[in-house]
This record gives sequence, C-alpha cells and structure tokens, in this order.
Amino acid sequence: MGEKKRIELDYSKIESDRMRLNVGPQHPSTHGVLRLEVELDGEIVTEVVPHIGYLHRCFEKHAEKMTYPQVIPYIDRMDYVTSMNNELPYVMAIEKMLGIEVPEKVQYIRVIMCELNRIASHQIAVATFGLDAGAFTPFLYFFRDREYILAIFEKASGARLLFNYFWIGGLAADVHPTFKEDVLAIVKQVRKTNKEIEDLLIYNKIFIERTANVGILPPDVAINYACSGPVLRGSGVKFDLRKNEPYSIYDRFDFDIPVGMGEVGTVGDCWDRNIVRMREMEQSCRIIEQAIEQMPNEGDVQEKLPKKIKPPKGDIYMRAENPKGDLGFYIVSNGTDKPERVKARGTSFVNLSVLPEISKGYMFADLILILGSIDIVLGEVDR
Amino acid sequence: METTNFVYNLIPNETIAIIVISVIPLIFLIVYALLAILGELKISAWIQERLGPMRTGPWGILQPIAEVVKLIQKEDLTPDSANKPLFNLAPYIIFMGAYASFAVIPFSRYFVPSGINIGLFYIFAVGSIAVIGIVMGGWASNNKYSLLGAMRSVAQIISYEIPGAMAILSVAVLASSLDLEKINIAQEGGIWNWFIFGGQGSWSKIWVFPFTLVLSLIYLVASLAETNRTPFDIPEGESELVAGYHTEYSGMKFAMFFFAEYANMFVVAAVLTITFFGGWNSPFGNFMQGPGWDVFWFISKAFFFVILQIWLRWTLPRLRVDQLMYVGWKVLLPFSFICFLFISLFKMIN
Repeated sequence: MGEKKRIELDYSKIESDRMRLNVGPQHPSTHGVLRLEVELDGEIVTEVVPHIGYLHRCFEKHAEKMTYPQVIPYIDRMDYVTSMNNELPYVMAIEKMLGIEVPEKVQYIRVIMCELNRIASHQIAVATFGLDAGAFTPFLYFFRDREYILAIFEKASGARLLFNYFWIGGLAADVHPTFKEDVLAIVKQVRKTNKEIEDLLIYNKIFIERTANVGILPPDVAINYACSGPVLRGSGVKFDLRKNEPYSIYDRFDFDIPVGMGEVGTVGDCWDRNIVRMREMEQSCRIIEQAIEQMPNEGDVQEKLPKKIKPPKGDIYMRAENPKGDLGFYIVSNGTDKPERVKARGTSFVNLSVLPEISKGYMFADLILILGSIDIVLGEVDR
Repeated sequence: METTNFVYNLIPNETIAIIVISVIPLIFLIVYALLAILGELKISAWIQERLGPMRTGPWGILQPIAEVVKLIQKEDLTPDSANKPLFNLAPYIIFMGAYASFAVIPFSRYFVPSGINIGLFYIFAVGSIAVIGIVMGGWASNNKYSLLGAMRSVAQIISYEIPGAMAILSVAVLASSLDLEKINIAQEGGIWNWFIFGGQGSWSKIWVFPFTLVLSLIYLVASLAETNRTPFDIPEGESELVAGYHTEYSGMKFAMFFFAEYANMFVVAAVLTITFFGGWNSPFGNFMQGPGWDVFWFISKAFFFVILQIWLRWTLPRLRVDQLMYVGWKVLLPFSFICFLFISLFKMIN
C-alpha cells in the first residue's frame, strides 16, 4: 500500500488553523487516566504534551511511614499488571542490605513467577496494541490465556493481581503440589496462542501497514531518553539487565535477547517494539522450562528473620528487568524498621517521556498506536 | 407499466396498497435488525471463544430486544453548545438514506416495492445521503472528535463510491439494464447463469468470470467502507475518535445510527446479491424456484453477506484514513476500470 509514511510539511509555507484536542483522561485508548494535549493540523499531529498525575497515590511518601515488609503491597500497586516483577528488586535490595541469602527453591520460584508475570504483562501489551489498531479478537485470546497464569498466581498467593507474594527473605507461601505440571501446561498454551496471534494479527497485511514505519525511535534517541525494556530493544539496542547485569539466578539460564530488526519497516518502529514483546514471551517460556527442570522439590520457602526487620544504616540501589523495562529502587535506611526514603525509578514514566519526541508528524490514528507500542501503565507513571 | 406486486392484487385501494407496500420493508427491517444484532453478538462471541449473552431468554436470544428497551429508556441528551436542529435531524437523515434504498430492492418477483427502471442508480444515489447526515451530526455536535469523524467520512466517500459504482456498472452492461428486476430475470436458470459467471449465454462467457469475480470483490470492499464497518470504520475509529461522529448521541438518536448501520449492511448485501449472485434466483435452475422461494433465496443470500461483514469485523484491524484512500484510488479504481473495459468488450463482441 502507501509508500509515503512520514508526512513532512513545511509549516512556513502552509498556513492552516491548528486544533488543540484533549485526548483523555477519559479516553478508550490512553491505557488509563493519561491526558494528552494534542495539537492537530487536520489529521496530522504537530505537538503532543502528556499530562500525568491523575493516578498519583503518594507511594514514596507512604513508604516512609511503613515498615519494610509493609511497603511491598504498595509496590504491587505501581505497575499493577506486573506485580511479581515489581516486588523482586525491592526484596532483593532489602535482602542485600540485611546480608541474607534466600534458599535455592525460593530463587527458582521467584524466577518462574517473574517470567510468568512477564508473559502476562506482554500479553496485555500486545493485546491492547492490537485493540488500538482495531483488532478486537486477539485481545480476548490473550486474556483467555492470561486467566490460566493468574490461576497459578492465585493458587500460590491467594490474589490475582496484587500478590504480596515475595517477602523479605523468602515467599509468603509455598507453591501447590502440582505447580510444575500446571506451569508446563501454561507454557504449551502460551506457545500455541502466540502462533495463532502471529497468523491473525502480527503478520496481517493491514496490521503491518498500520504499524511499520510508524513512530520510529532511533537507538540514540532511545538511549538519550533513558528508555528501557522492549522500547529500547525495539530500536535494536541489545540491552537486558537479565543478561547484562545478571541478578538473582538469571545467569543459570540459556536465553536470547530479541531486538527489533526492522523486518517489515524501519528499525525502531511500532511493529518492532511489538514483535520484541512477542519474542520475549517465547524466551520467557524457555527460561521457565529450564527453571522447572532445575528447581529443587524440597526446602523451606522462608528464611528465619527477626520480627522487626532493621537493615543497617546506609543506602542501596537495586534494579531488575521489569516487563516494561528497567525498574529500580533507591532505598535509604536509617537503622530503624522504617525506611528513610524509597525512590522508585518507574519504567513507564521514563518511557512515556519519549512520546512527544517520536509522535510528531504522524497521523492522529498513529499517535494512539505509538502510545500503545510504548506500553505504559499509569499506575507506574504516577505512582 | 405492468405491476408485479402481489399487494396490489390483494388490496384494491391503491393508496392503502402503497402504504402497506412501504410498511412491509420497515417491518422486515426491524426484524432483520434484531436478528443481525443478535448475530453480531453471537458470532463475535463464537469467534472470540466466549458464550455471548446467555441470560436474556434461552441462549440470550432476547438480548437485542433488551438492548432496544434499554436505549429507549436512556435520557435523550442534546449538548448545550450543539446546533440543535441539525443535531436532532442528523440520525433520521442517515436512517432515511438507508431505508429509502428498500424502495427498489426486489424481494421476490411478486414483491418489488417500486419497480423503477433505474433502481441500481437510485440505490447509489440515496446511499450517499447518509454521508450528509454524518457530516451534519458530526459538525452539529460541537465536539472535536465528532468533527474529525465527519471530516474523515467526507474524505472517504468518494474513494470508495467510484470503484463501487464501476463494479456495479459492469453488471448494468451485462444485463443491459439498470432495472433491478430485469437484472434478476437475466440471471435465471441456475447458478451458472448468475452474473458472477457472466449471466446467460454460451460457454464463451467463461472469459468474463475472472473479471466479474474481481468486480464482486471490489464491490464487497467498497460496501464495507460504505457501511462504516471494520476494516473501514474510520469515521467511528473507536480507538482514537472514541465513537467518531456519534460521540455525543444517546438514547433513541444513537439507536437510529445503530439501526441505520444495520439497514445499510443489508442494503449493500442485497445489492451484491442482486448484481452478482443471482438475486432471488435459485442456484438449482427450476428446482426450488418460485415466488415463495424467491424470498427465501434472496434473504438467505443477503444474510450470508451480512454474516460475512460481521465475520470480517471481528477478524481484521482497522485501516488508517489515508490508507483507505490509497486503496480506493490506486488499487480498486484501476482494477475496476480494467474489468469494466473487458466486460464491455466482451458484451460488444457477443
């Protein structure tokens, strides 16, 4: 279809009335309560100003009034579709400050849970991205599969969205006896659905036309804006904390880092960011399979800890690869049982900042797709 | 002109007969719309591995009625800053455009509401009125999303109407008539005589088949754009324009938009049936052929295409507005010209 994608206009020559349009906070495609102030020239976007803060819940201030374990449920509520992954850097940071080593079994369960949650998060990302492009059916296929993953989480933690499962020094509870079989069944199902979605959506001609060559994010811009996760890797930068700075036990697994290669368009377009997520799901499946194989059956899931957790004075920065990107916690301890300061580096917030840069000059319909391809969760943007 | 309408034979008074004739399509339309809404709900549910509505009546078959009742109960809201006369008029103009087409659609050889001899042209003419309603509604709402939707609708109308008209025009060439009745009669005698296979005539008509096939597909694509359905639901473009031109409408006025969309779906399905797929004719020649069977064949063929539209909607993503124009002007139009040329040539030689 169309060869001309990016519409270059010399605005000094064409004088037309611009229209300022408020997209959101109540809009079907802003993925939450985000308001975009958009300036339109006909259908072409000339300026985008994201206004955030509609979901601000004072996480960082709250954290100063809580004991260390009490902060964990608040961390769940940051990026509420990847709660397991959110908890991991926080508990790792506290454990490092306390100088405790968690049991092998806990390490494996944490990795399996994180990777399952990564699949669940990427499923939502690809599903809503398809929804932004107008394809409704893949959305429901993904949500059907996500139910199975949530069922595992529910069996383990009792909750379906906000788990409070990773505790300092271990886990809230042990997994159920048929955990391994259930997880392997899910891996099989995820692969089957992904195959189906690739036929139905990813390699659909209309979908490619809509997403290829749209919202191109060059690698240098991505690095300058501190983008991370699939947004960075979609631009062809091979950076993944699980490989580059292995934490937990990720160095024990064999997996690849998918990057955008510009297969159907330019490197760093919406299609690339999306396909990185699709391929990461497959890599997560590989990690889960290896972890299930290596995981010890016996063992305790909770280290012996004092009733009041008091890390020694000092500060720590711990980061981990969230499905959305690089999530970090800077924690300052004053020696009491409450943190002096907890600063979160929200991935979605940082990734969202690149939106005005990459969406200028595209059509209004493309802006929605670009926003969808960045995959933000407003809970983490506003915290 | 000799009338073929059975209502005139039943009711001697001509005025009453005309009223009855014009009410029959409306009743059909209401029943059809309820069925189509149910079909949309259930087919989308099957495609998406859901159950769909299950609580209202057995298997949820009363769901469309419940939805209509719900819409009647809703507050009929007119925005403060809207242009009230235009805002209130727009849904009825859109519906009128769809309903007026039923005046010439022949359901059976004994029920042609109005047997005018330019039926094909008439359908195209009144079909375009809907866009005026869309622009009126979109502009009068005084909402930026509605305005964008209306703008897109105007931009897209020409790009799909010309290829669609070219496709239909070649049928007029094959039938040597714009009269929908004559087009139907010209396709009598089994599936082999339908215009998709070149109409009645000797075996040499096989040369036409590739072109009629392409033209029927072109018309199908153009008709999807005309009914504003996925992949061409750009004026409504839910993901960016919320609901496009009908963002501000509620209650019965919204229901009119909805109703008009379903009526339009049937109209384009009916045109496709009449022009390429034999209209009221049975696919088995004289077997199952007759005035009663006419209605059966016509409606089942049209329903097939309605279901096809529903199926496509739940399968495909949406195109962008400039891509639709690209498809219309640079793909469909040249192909429809080529096919039209060849069919005209064939007709000349024969």
